[in-house]
Amino acid sequence: MAAENGHGFDPMHQFEIQRILPLNIGGLDVSFTNSALFMVVVVAAVSLFTIASMSGRALVPGRMQSMAELSYEFVANMVRENTGTEGMKYFPFIFTLFMFILFANMLGMIPYTFTVTSHIIVTFVLAMVVFIGVTIIGFAKHGAGYLKLFVPSGVPAMLLPLLVVIEVISYLTRPISLSVRLFANMMAGHTMLKVFASFVVGLGIIGGWAPLAFMVAFTGLEILVAFLQAYVFAILSCIYLNDALHMHH
Amino acid sequence: MEPEAAKLIGAGLAAIALAGAGVGIGHIFGNYLAGALRNPSAAPAQFPNLLLGFALAEATGLFGLVVSLILLFVV
Repeated sequence: MAAENGHGFDPMHQFEIQRILPLNIGGLDVSFTNSALFMVVVVAAVSLFTIASMSGRALVPGRMQSMAELSYEFVANMVRENTGTEGMKYFPFIFTLFMFILFANMLGMIPYTFTVTSHIIVTFVLAMVVFIGVTIIGFAKHGAGYLKLFVPSGVPAMLLPLLVVIEVISYLTRPISLSVRLFANMMAGHTMLKVFASFVVGLGIIGGWAPLAFMVAFTGLEILVAFLQAYVFAILSCIYLNDALHMHH
Repeated sequence: MEPEAAKLIGAGLAAIALAGAGVGIGHIFGNYLAGALRNPSAAPAQFPNLLLGFALAEATGLFGLVVSLILLFVV
């Protein structure tokens, strides 16, 4: 729609998926796209960051090793505080999830890159992995007793039919809220940056300074949001995992 | 009414959801600040909860923004 108004400006253009290596297997379009390329870049960056920085294994860590240890400790504390020592088994998964989303969000902040997490299909798959995994863990650990999660304790029997339905719905909407939160934050942030960038160009050399200053501040906020959303995704995964492991209802 | 006009009005209405997010975020930070000034020693421990609350409150408003953007650019 915005592209039709003559300026040729479209804030959604940055989210377009382009095929780099067209590939078709059995009627399925499995082309290597820019989204896939950036996922590979993210995984490579995370691997490089963790492996290369820890290769020295110095007793007194240098700069890179400190950063790797800091991120490790950060996630380890988060998992330990939210799920207890029992949940530390799942630390590698939460760490991978956190680092993948963090690096995807941060790489997306570099101009002319593609933000992997600004597509709902990517975040939805991540959220579904968490949801299905947590449900399986819950049933494996508690058996059919896991269904007691839907029955809040200390509630009058009169209210139970209503509350159980609400609990089931709130459980089933977890993957949706988890994925839409990340996707909406990334998409809204990048769209807003693009719109304000168009103001800078539109107002030219005289009037463009005000939106440019705003852009600088807003980019800072977006970097904060990029970190925050990775953090929130990881911590909510921990909270769901804790529900499955300990059933605090 | 023109369908195009209805679409634009609908997108504008959906963006009102962000007002609620604004109220929620202000509430969270205001209450955190009030609590932190009363008991500064307990404040750092609650900082992760502050960020969590901020992100959760912001997300509800962004759901509305997504509806608005879908109306503008997809429908």
